Amino acid sequence: MRISHRLVAGVAAALVLSACGGGKDKPAEKKDAEIAFDKNPYPSTYSPYPNAPVLITNATIMDGEGARIENGSLLLEDGKISAIGSDLKAPEGATTIDASGRWVTPGIIDNHSHLGVYPSPGVSAHGDGNEISAPVTAEVWSEHGVWPQDPGFTRALAGGITSLQILPGSANLIGGRGVIVKNVPSRTVQGMKFPDAPYTLKMACGENPKRVYGYGNGSFPGGAPYSRMGNMAGYRTAWIRATEYKRKWDKYEKEGGEPPARDLELDTLAGVLNGDILVHMHCYRADEMAQIMDMSKEFGYKVTSFHHAVESYKIADKLAEYGACSSMWADWWGFKMEAYDGIRENIPLVHKAGACAIVHSDSDVGIQRLNQEAAKAWSDGRKIGIDIPEEEAWTWLSLNPAKSLGIDDRTGSLKPGKMADVVIWSGDPFSVYTKADQVFIDGALMYDRSNPEADPVMDFEIGQPGEGDRK
Amino acid sequence: MRKSLATALAAFTCLTAPALADTYVVRGENVWTGTSQGTIKNGVVVIEDDRITAVGGASTAVPDGASEISAKWVTPGLISAYSQTGLVEVGAEDPTNDAMAAASAYSISLNAADGFNPDATAIDVTRIEGFTRLAVAPQTGNTMFGGQGFIADTSGDLDTPLKEKAFTVIALGEAGAGLTGGSRASAMATLKAALDDGRAYPARYIANTEGDALKRLDAQAFSQAARGQQLIMVRAHRASDLNAVMDLAEEQPNLKFVIVGADEGWRVAPRLAELDIPVIVDAFSNLPSSFERLAATSENASRLAEAGVTFAIANVGDSVEQARLASQIAGNAVANGLDFDDALAALTVAPAEIFNMTGYGTLAPGGHADVVAWDGDPLEVTSSPVAVIIDGETQSLESRQTRLRDRYLNLDESERPMAYHKP
Repeated sequence: MRISHRLVAGVAAALVLSACGGGKDKPAEKKDAEIAFDKNPYPSTYSPYPNAPVLITNATIMDGEGARIENGSLLLEDGKISAIGSDLKAPEGATTIDASGRWVTPGIIDNHSHLGVYPSPGVSAHGDGNEISAPVTAEVWSEHGVWPQDPGFTRALAGGITSLQILPGSANLIGGRGVIVKNVPSRTVQGMKFPDAPYTLKMACGENPKRVYGYGNGSFPGGAPYSRMGNMAGYRTAWIRATEYKRKWDKYEKEGGEPPARDLELDTLAGVLNGDILVHMHCYRADEMAQIMDMSKEFGYKVTSFHHAVESYKIADKLAEYGACSSMWADWWGFKMEAYDGIRENIPLVHKAGACAIVHSDSDVGIQRLNQEAAKAWSDGRKIGIDIPEEEAWTWLSLNPAKSLGIDDRTGSLKPGKMADVVIWSGDPFSVYTKADQVFIDGALMYDRSNPEADPVMDFEIGQPGEGDRK
Repeated sequence: MRKSLATALAAFTCLTAPALADTYVVRGENVWTGTSQGTIKNGVVVIEDDRITAVGGASTAVPDGASEISAKWVTPGLISAYSQTGLVEVGAEDPTNDAMAAASAYSISLNAADGFNPDATAIDVTRIEGFTRLAVAPQTGNTMFGGQGFIADTSGDLDTPLKEKAFTVIALGEAGAGLTGGSRASAMATLKAALDDGRAYPARYIANTEGDALKRLDAQAFSQAARGQQLIMVRAHRASDLNAVMDLAEEQPNLKFVIVGADEGWRVAPRLAELDIPVIVDAFSNLPSSFERLAATSENASRLAEAGVTFAIANVGDSVEQARLASQIAGNAVANGLDFDDALAALTVAPAEIFNMTGYGTLAPGGHADVVAWDGDPLEVTSSPVAVIIDGETQSLESRQTRLRDRYLNLDESERPMAYHKP
């Protein structure tokens, strides 16, 4: 299912789909229904920082789509990838970077982060990532909890992260909307938001919701859900309500009249049923993922990616057939029962089955070295005979996460015309000793390891021990 | 747990005479000794019974009939300097988690070795990544005292000997404050009172059952540490907290400390070196994730090395299931300025020194035969062991994880359900 990414403010959801590719040319005589309410009331104010043309030469380039170019060159112009090849000439005014011995890749995209909503320092006042007040809180948006001063963003930048998805936590069955941002510091969340990215919805399977609600508040039983049965009933009840809400809006779109009363929670769920909002679902166990895939068919939506997915290797064939991505750690396991069967070869086994594999972090530490996490999985796969070329494994870090976020038409690979989100690595990025030397976002050099004076310092760090230190 | 030599090593070794099954010749393109021999190119380590008998170059005399192992790298068995490996099966399932006691009537007398399970899945998972020994530290529960830590091997043998009560665990800083009534002052007062109680044991307890801070059994358990005869493992990060520990060390110079965490250790590194207080650091920690680690930097380890501080590297941040990641963390420390040899020493020589494990942590004639052969640089994320030897015996390279993996390599259920797949 291809989804329109360009959520034009003021256009009702049903019309967005019909307006793919032609949003600006809609006939003026459309009904009032189109402007029933603003679907993008907190729009991105991000625009690329000034950038001059850059030609990177003599690099080992992994283009992010599975190809490798030795002694390659890459031209960045006007914030975009302008050309990729083996013998490009520098246009006038371009800075040339000799990347001999170094590697170049698309920027890493982490599709599972809680930076900003669970920032550093992790004090009680900063716990803005889970609206635990009810098991279904589709009405909350993670962008309203993001603290843009989280120093974690800068550490992630030094690890080559150019875009990320910030999700609500996994306490709730339906936790609320995620937000996709460029990893560019800003005074405001809007100043980080990835322009025209689709919205996403965080849902969660398994132990967390039933623990938080069923066993919550120190009472026994706390409330629903108390079991995995209750989890499923909770989602289905919500989808039934959303279906009814959507039906009212569809009728209104078609027939006009008095618009239905708005419901913030159901706006989001109906957005999923309309295909505008992408579902990202925390789910560890194979059997649960299979139930969720059936449930999505029951209500006519699609799970874009399962997250954590430590048992994806058990149903990699079914995930490939359905078409869901698995966003995974390389080797986390054992911290709870649903993580007990984690294995180091999960990612390559999913890839081998033809399913979409993604390396994610869910961690302010892990996000700083997702390349190493991919390297571990890649190497462990090779040792059991799954011989994936390194340049193909890089799809786990950039293109596949971009697909899962609906931004792969604009970033995630070094295809000419895409955003110049690029990392120059000091060597093979699948080595523990390799560091990101330079990180470009939309062509602007946002991190340069050779120039620590220029490292970003968040407000929180000003005047504190360690301010401006090498991190 | 232990597989036959043939099973464990078939792919990587050529077996000569099985008659001398306890004699091994381990050859490495690089043999990192951790001694003045440095890294020997095309080196040889000879193992007879449970001891290393020779370490040298390619021409080293080797006994006839020994089993041969060849690999890219050979190192001493890695030592996990801080974890709860073997105390926990599933972290969130309390009945399987013996890492701490949140509601115990006892504190320092809690002997974590009583909860050690050689069958724990994490033992195999950790061993097959090259770790042969573990310093297992209980976590703190309802007091600042975690109890008694111990040293174990990763053989998984039910009768494996433990070095029990090797150290006692204490939380200072934010955690210690929270566990003693709410301030750092109360944490330090409690610790000092406990030290007095420990030193006064048994005299003070003949007539009374309670001291100022400790009841009888806890005072008994603290009596060695309080007299400088047992290592005290303190958890602290903030520079001023580290200074408080060092003030105490100067005030009571017989006490023996190791500090875990020490994220701001680099700021007080010269004093740590001068007082010869070792630290166990996590080189991943570079965020101001709490107010006690505002100056955390991934260069902590390299700066401590520069100042001459003895330090081990461990996965302090994720110490329950993932002790195995300490080698990746050490590799990252190298990427952030630490010398490679110092990084490998932080996984071998240094923890052996900190925990007084004589004969471990190096490849030296006469030493205990904990040896790991690797398919590449041991700190590299793409490397893994091809042979793990503990006390002269080759170990299985299987874990519950590799067994699950092997079951699901092929998802074909056309003949029988997966439950019948037993590779």
